Amino acid sequence: MSLFTEFTIFVLAIFVGFEVISKVPTTLHTPLMSQTNAIHGIVMLGGLIVLGYAGDGLEYVIGTIAVAFGAINIVGGFMVTDRMLGMFAKKPKPKADAKAGDGKGGGAGK
Amino acid sequence: MISLAVLEPGGDAATALYIVSFSLFILGLKQGTHPSTAKRGNLIAAVGMAIAVVTTLLLDGMGNWGLVALGLAIGSGVGAYASIKVKMTEMPQMVALYNGVGGGAVALIAWSEIRHGIHIGGAMPLEDLIPTLLAAIIGSVSFWGSNIAFAKLQDLIPTRPLAVPGQQIINAVLGIGVIVLAIVIAINNEPPSQFLFILILIAAAILGNLVVLPIGGADMPVVISMLNAFTGLSAAAAGFALQNVALIVAGTLVGSSGTILTMEMATAMNRSVANILFSGFGGAPAVAAGSGEQRPVTSIGAQDAAIKLAYADTVVIVPGYGLAVAQAQHAVKEMANQLEARGVTVNYAIHPVAGRMPGHMNVLLAEADVPYEQLKEMDEINPEMSRTDVAVVIGANDVTNPSAKNDPNSPIAGMPIIEVSEANEVIVIKRSLSTGFAGIDNDLFYEPNTSMLFADAKAAAGEIAAEIEQL
Repeated sequence: MSLFTEFTIFVLAIFVGFEVISKVPTTLHTPLMSQTNAIHGIVMLGGLIVLGYAGDGLEYVIGTIAVAFGAINIVGGFMVTDRMLGMFAKKPKPKADAKAGDGKGGGAGK
Repeated sequence: MISLAVLEPGGDAATALYIVSFSLFILGLKQGTHPSTAKRGNLIAAVGMAIAVVTTLLLDGMGNWGLVALGLAIGSGVGAYASIKVKMTEMPQMVALYNGVGGGAVALIAWSEIRHGIHIGGAMPLEDLIPTLLAAIIGSVSFWGSNIAFAKLQDLIPTRPLAVPGQQIINAVLGIGVIVLAIVIAINNEPPSQFLFILILIAAAILGNLVVLPIGGADMPVVISMLNAFTGLSAAAAGFALQNVALIVAGTLVGSSGTILTMEMATAMNRSVANILFSGFGGAPAVAAGSGEQRPVTSIGAQDAAIKLAYADTVVIVPGYGLAVAQAQHAVKEMANQLEARGVTVNYAIHPVAGRMPGHMNVLLAEADVPYEQLKEMDEINPEMSRTDVAVVIGANDVTNPSAKNDPNSPIAGMPIIEVSEANEVIVIKRSLSTGFAGIDNDLFYEPNTSMLFADAKAAAGEIAAEIEQL
């Protein structure tokens, strides 16, 4: 992949990122952050690659820690986001003023 | 060394799978625009991640499987345990830690890349070396900066700004030093010097510490968002170094998200990012406005508050970080339940910086089963304020201070606020008349339609709920 191809991808990704994420409501910004933490766990791929060609003790240690750090981000990030969004997805309890909720089925619930 | 070696690195099949993977990230984030779809979106992004990881494991050149398994097991175990155990009030700390390990991983990968380049021998191509150096710098700054942010949020070190004399100069010297070292490595790249590279890691580490230490507790939402953006950028840089399209796109998405949140938080405080980074405000007793002078306030008890609330038509609750500290969200929800049972309309007005990270207060209230529809953003609720009978401020201070609007000399002048003083009556539940993060007096407390209920937020909300039930 040429440097310019990489730059093209980078620039387009900036625009996609701004476009998509500016539509996330303030209410969901904390889960957004933990989800982007999880997506950032993509660096574990880098850890796997460098561990693949690690050749001495120090490189084994560096690579293993990098993989572990990445895995913390991925597993922890997605799980805690799921936990938080579960709280938002809860259906409002039936109330006197019968606001009828948002009429959403339980499909996305746990 | 065994290898599954099904896919060629950089080959068509691997690249295609990475494209599927980052497309799922984008789709997942798109679903995050509404609470009803966000959970599914998170799952979609997780599937994308699984595809990316499996693809990488199948690449030719993978190896050291025992260590791969060890790293995966430790990381997954720690991540899973933490995500189950963490309290919602502690989410800012957790995100700070995740930012930190993310940046740390990138710095370590960069170090490994440099060593790899040295082993291969000869000149390391600049198009690999430059992004590797960038990844190392940004990764190291975010790792150490995030650790300090975590320590501040966890109260391991004081949240007030800690600055050493000549801080700006030291930071500038470190920043320039890091860049000079990087240029020296890039010029003498046959092979790149590992010694200088480690110096870069260390200088960037000191810089990360020094940049975050002087930032006060009130500015934490900005700092966390900014470190989030940094870690994203560092991942994108690592993607350039490893020529991995999944890393470039995912890192850039994270960087965009962090940048948007940083700007929104700074806007919500009416300050520039540079001002937050370099002024050491957000904890300093900025102005001694009105100090010494004793102004009269109206103080009421839980019973009076209950009566005011029970006979209102519309009540707006304005929660602040104090509510979270007192763990009062469930008691407040109980109070709201009592009011709703009497036919009172209850809404919650959430200032963008009400918690310690973007959107934090919403999560705390969602945890207490407050329906999503009742969580109103500032711009949505302010026009309603003049039609509100009672506004209840719980553990919030600066975000309700009318001096932001009325006093051009106030340190928070121009900061958007929840305009509670527009409501017919205001009840402020607070332990004392002490100042908020900004260290300034709140004129709201002395207004004629404001009543102060001096108590712990949780106890007060519980008492009010009990009193309403008695009525």
